[in-house]
Amino acid sequence: MTKITLVAFDGTRFDVDAENGSTVMENAVRNSVPGIEAECGGACACATCHVHVDEQWAETVGAPEPMEEDMLDFAFDVRPTSRLSCQIKVRDDLEGLVVHVPERQA
Amino acid sequence: MTTPIETDVVIIGAGPVGLFAVFELGLYDLKCHLIDILDRPGGQCAELYPEKPIYDIPAWPEISGQALTDRLMEQIAPFSPQFHFNRMVAGFRKLDNGRFEVETDEGELFHAHAVVIAAGGGSFQPKRPPVPGIEAYEGSSVFYSVRRMEEFRDKDLLIVGGGDSALDWTLNLQPVAKSVTLVHRRPDFRAAPDSVNKMFAMREEGKINFEVGQVTGLKGANGQLEAATIKGPDGEVEIACNRMLPFFGLTMKLGPIADWGLNLNENLITVDTEKFETSIPGVFAIGDINWYPGKLKLILSGFHEAALMTQAVKRIAHPDQKLVFQYTTSSTSLQKKLGVQ
Repeated sequence: MTKITLVAFDGTRFDVDAENGSTVMENAVRNSVPGIEAECGGACACATCHVHVDEQWAETVGAPEPMEEDMLDFAFDVRPTSRLSCQIKVRDDLEGLVVHVPERQA
Repeated sequence: MTTPIETDVVIIGAGPVGLFAVFELGLYDLKCHLIDILDRPGGQCAELYPEKPIYDIPAWPEISGQALTDRLMEQIAPFSPQFHFNRMVAGFRKLDNGRFEVETDEGELFHAHAVVIAAGGGSFQPKRPPVPGIEAYEGSSVFYSVRRMEEFRDKDLLIVGGGDSALDWTLNLQPVAKSVTLVHRRPDFRAAPDSVNKMFAMREEGKINFEVGQVTGLKGANGQLEAATIKGPDGEVEIACNRMLPFFGLTMKLGPIADWGLNLNENLITVDTEKFETSIPGVFAIGDINWYPGKLKLILSGFHEAALMTQAVKRIAHPDQKLVFQYTTSSTSLQKKLGVQ
């Protein structure tokens, strides 16, 4: 288990014990974090689980794959730290990870 | 006056469940017309994940969305379904003779014994980009598709996006428009490399402009666009334009079906679990679009729903005929319909 934190747009923090190998999106949905729609169910085929990775974590989490980068074209308020949460797999070195849910999904 | 197309069943949606409904209905001699907003069969399987494997189709340990669609098309071919693509269902009413009339946004009319809604997550519609106040310009200055190129003649055109639609229209409208500015949030494109190279070549020749950034605001009055604000890596710039074409992909919406007076549960159509009939007798809903206690949005559930719905539709279409349940494995009459006898 790895502790991660999802911060909703209104500032509410969701501290979650996430299973390694699960995606950040799955943990968001399981814990009813508002603002994560995940319309396609995690297929990297929409852009409705978009998050801003906390600046301090951006490097550890890493950059999106080209396909994810393509999908991010459809997201709202895309920043250099933008990721689709269905494409971030929880792992040991993400202990303490913080991601922020944007104002809205596209 | 348009002459209505007379048929047994109108199926709204040509995704996997709509396609399989053709098979089940076909076994009972019910002819189908299918209407879909996309330009090809397959629904989400074709649009969202043609290449992605699906692992929960019985007897297929792994099959891609496109392969599943292709197999279903092969399976239903003996029943000659009629497809009407690039259409959205606009009108719906019950006729005095008990049949239904369905109208598309292109004006075609269908008369049928029953209507089967197999619309999945709803109809795919262009996504509205997240630009404040954009609604005010839609239909007058902002368009989500190009119906007539003349609409853009001698206009200052802003095209937003990085896929094939954005690049193709940049190339095609450049000779028509007064000016073309392409805006994309990054210098990499999803579009075909050939189009991207052509675009950069045109930019070199000074024929078009290309800005990296995201549209954050629009200026204008009375629906007439005058300029757009682009936020790029080096700050904001304002670009004069009077036409805008945003290409931000597709989203799914229930659309006009929401106004048919069907009982809904959070945008899903409530059905019974015997016939998968909606609150309007003769109108059925199968697949992801329906809701009942215990509903699971699985393709295989939609297949099951199609089979049970068919029994009810057969009774509506031919109330005088006895329903004889048969297996395709052993029934010579079913095999004849499938063309294997």
